[in-house]
Amino acid sequence: MSSQPTPSAPAESGSAALPGVPAPAPVVAGLRGLVADWSSDQQAFKVSWGKAMMWIFLLSDTFIFSCFLTGYMTVRIASTDTWPNPSIVFGLKVGGAEVPLLLIAIMTFVLISSSGTMAMAVNFAYRRDRVKCASLMFATALFGVAFVSMQAFEWSKLIFTEGVRPWGNPMGAPQFGSTFFMITGFHGLHVSCGVIYLLIVATKVLRGRYERTGNYQIVEIAGLYWHFVDLVWVFIFALFYLW
Amino acid sequence: MASPTPSPDVPGLAPAAPAHAPAGAHGDAHHGQQHPIGLYLKIWALLFVLSTLSYMVDYFHFEGYLRWTLILLFMVMKAGLIVGVFMHMAWERLALICAILLPPLCLLVLVGLMAMEADYTFLLRGAFFR
Repeated sequence: MSSQPTPSAPAESGSAALPGVPAPAPVVAGLRGLVADWSSDQQAFKVSWGKAMMWIFLLSDTFIFSCFLTGYMTVRIASTDTWPNPSIVFGLKVGGAEVPLLLIAIMTFVLISSSGTMAMAVNFAYRRDRVKCASLMFATALFGVAFVSMQAFEWSKLIFTEGVRPWGNPMGAPQFGSTFFMITGFHGLHVSCGVIYLLIVATKVLRGRYERTGNYQIVEIAGLYWHFVDLVWVFIFALFYLW
Repeated sequence: MASPTPSPDVPGLAPAAPAHAPAGAHGDAHHGQQHPIGLYLKIWALLFVLSTLSYMVDYFHFEGYLRWTLILLFMVMKAGLIVGVFMHMAWERLALICAILLPPLCLLVLVGLMAMEADYTFLLRGAFFR
């Protein structure tokens, strides 16, 4: 965050020498003028660059996940085999009774809870309550780890006991496996990366790394990423598991 | 909030960007997004309720258009709450909202095209591979 000491207004002609500063070489001055003219102190988004870039990254990620989900829709519509019923495939036996989608429901609640703790962490970050902020972020990461562990359990159950493979499965349309592993795998990767990201930021918060500037927006930016991961799960839950 | 604390130096932000600040003191980019904890707890609870409802759609075996409508309805509501409140999009300026939320609408065109294509593929498979 602190790596950009932009002089807040490059003068009209970008290369105008400041008093007391030796004039740079002509080529350098020309390049500086070019940069100043093109940047022209214009700003479309009145947020910090970190936040704007996180949003733009999330936008690109939206397109990636949407392409996966659209691909899943395409192969599912076009499949002449019956599509395996996710309600049964992902059911769990609890005390002899088959409960549909139980594990997925728990995973959903875990991820939503992690979003809740993350939102509160942002609040405490801006209040400069470092301990509460960091502990809520650690709680968020813990929920994330729980989610990934349940996903690992789900994958191994599917692979080893149900015999689902990317190229086929005993229950019906072979495309089920490929889309499932692709979509949930990519989402799980995002959660895992998010956990590492949160742990790094939380540790830095706890150590007082941001006390110097008092700028705790990095927590909000990390939060944006984490909420996005939750957001993607909302769509996967609705379109893959419930449909 | 407009607190008297020295403004954290957000790089790249001119020291004054008031002119058309969004309604409420919340949108002040200098101090980031500050909202009461209670709001987050309420949204959290609401997300739990909506998730339970969408789970119930499956549990009670609703089928057909009723099922799909309910699934999509709960999905959109949850997504709206997460983006609007948790990600603070409701308090951002319109320029950022448009830049982030409008492009994904193009995806609806892709979805429409691919649905038509997939229907066609399905019919062809029915005609040739049965």
